[in-house]
Amino acid sequence: MKALVWHGTQDIRCDTVPDPRIEERGDAIVQVTSCAICGSDLHLYDHFMPALKKGDVLGHEFMGEVVETGSSVRNLKVGDRVVVPFTIICGECEQCRRGNYSVCERTNRNRGLADTMFGHSTAGLFGYTHLTGGYAGGQAEYVRVPFADATHVKVPDSLADEQVLFLGDIFPTGWQAAIQCDIQPTDTVAIWGCGPVAQFAIRSAVLLGAKQVIAIDNVPERLDMARAGGAITINFDDESVTERLNELTQGKGPEKCIDAVGMEAHASGSIDSMVDRAKQAVMLGTDRPHVLREMMYVCRPAGTLSIPGVYGGFLDKIPFGAAMNKGLTIRMGQTHVNRWTDDLLRRIEQGQIDPSFVVTHRTTLEDGPEMYQTFRDKEDGCIKVVLTP
Amino acid sequence: MHHEHHRQQRNGQDGRGERLAQGLAWFSIALGAVELLAPRSVTRSLGMHGQETLVRAYGLREITKGVGILMADDPAPWVWARVAGDALDLGTLASAYGDDNPQRENVGMALLNVAGVTALDVYCAQLLSGRQSKARRSRRSQRPMRDYSDRSGFPRPAEEMRGAARDAAIPADMQTPAALRPFTTR
Repeated sequence: MKALVWHGTQDIRCDTVPDPRIEERGDAIVQVTSCAICGSDLHLYDHFMPALKKGDVLGHEFMGEVVETGSSVRNLKVGDRVVVPFTIICGECEQCRRGNYSVCERTNRNRGLADTMFGHSTAGLFGYTHLTGGYAGGQAEYVRVPFADATHVKVPDSLADEQVLFLGDIFPTGWQAAIQCDIQPTDTVAIWGCGPVAQFAIRSAVLLGAKQVIAIDNVPERLDMARAGGAITINFDDESVTERLNELTQGKGPEKCIDAVGMEAHASGSIDSMVDRAKQAVMLGTDRPHVLREMMYVCRPAGTLSIPGVYGGFLDKIPFGAAMNKGLTIRMGQTHVNRWTDDLLRRIEQGQIDPSFVVTHRTTLEDGPEMYQTFRDKEDGCIKVVLTP
Repeated sequence: MHHEHHRQQRNGQDGRGERLAQGLAWFSIALGAVELLAPRSVTRSLGMHGQETLVRAYGLREITKGVGILMADDPAPWVWARVAGDALDLGTLASAYGDDNPQRENVGMALLNVAGVTALDVYCAQLLSGRQSKARRSRRSQRPMRDYSDRSGFPRPAEEMRGAARDAAIPADMQTPAALRPFTTR
């Protein structure tokens, strides 16, 4: 089959690889009908995440049709149309029973590596390094879905792929980012970044009733899309983020702040990011946490920081004194996808939101390597890429 | 086919400039470290006693440029800065190339080496500058501003959708404790 394969830094190719097969009784094989390139895939493209190996198949946002099931699979049958969440979950361990699916205790088959890196293992993920299990991803014609009884969301035929595809990652990720803020009707929610996750966080914050939603970026078309979703925008190239946020909140700062940027903040957007970039270049640092610093500084005392943006390693010069003394609450983590999907699917079916608004580029899997670069460089107005195998 | 062509373009000539720049950057850092940490051995071998502070300053300059090249989205200006630094080095060495310097031969060798590196720097800078201007030209032509101002995702204007999902249940573990809500009303 064809699949997008990681060969090295900024070297992704569309290769022919062996078809996946049932390895465990709880597996299913899904024929992919649509898949997407996620912002967090760019951390792999640029090789900022550890434990990647040449030959890894990428992709963790995909959907399709079940074409084969293992002998113990009960909740799926051949022909079912499913979105596959990026987190592989058993549905039975203590964390899954609590709804903390992204830290499922059983699905990371490389838990020793993750234990060493993080202290304790997190869930297995599709196509996202050997730290999270080394499972082949969904930017491919077929995918093996382990723990298939729990790791799926059935979707009705009445909705198009592009309306439900993002239930596997970016929609619930943006939603959880807003939910973690416990938004009150008097709240100002500031969102750093206007990429795909941020676009869903903006709409989620509006739907959850925030008084005002402020989105921060410097890419004009992304700011346009943010405004279309109901946000006030700040272009950090044109004005001071902290000054403008204080202006919009009568000097008090936003109650809720969402970091939808993560480890690769714009390298030349601020002096601290430039220093971080230099440290990355000589292997003295792993992440560029400019957004975290700014959020801690500008957030209103007793406010909340919500962090869906991905971080990978060790972060320097975090103003933890400000965070501690201001009594900030920090909520973060990979998304507990299945915790939200029933509710979000209902909202899509009711017409409250149509997630396909975010798709700007559609092409074939063969064009995937090119689209990684286009997406990374924000060329051609690229915000979200959907690939058809 | 079309994309294969683009990939070759990226990994071909453009990649060469960047690879060379990276090599020069690490060379800068290594040379800078020697100048910064062991200036006396540099001045001794060149017969420039008493010039240790100057050598240290040059070392700092080298390291700055090396790191600059490695961290920059566009390394071309940094490589041009290396060319300027080379000129400074050549000038400094020329002033030490006097008949009265017992290490005149070493200085001559150093002059030759720096001249060689200067040529490499100029070549690399030209390679990168050409690529950058090409890339800028192509970005201008291939990147028309797209209009996403109608991409709300909502069935009605965003203002009318505000609060439409207030029925969503916030799980207990994600609720703000009452004591941390001095400025909000539920």
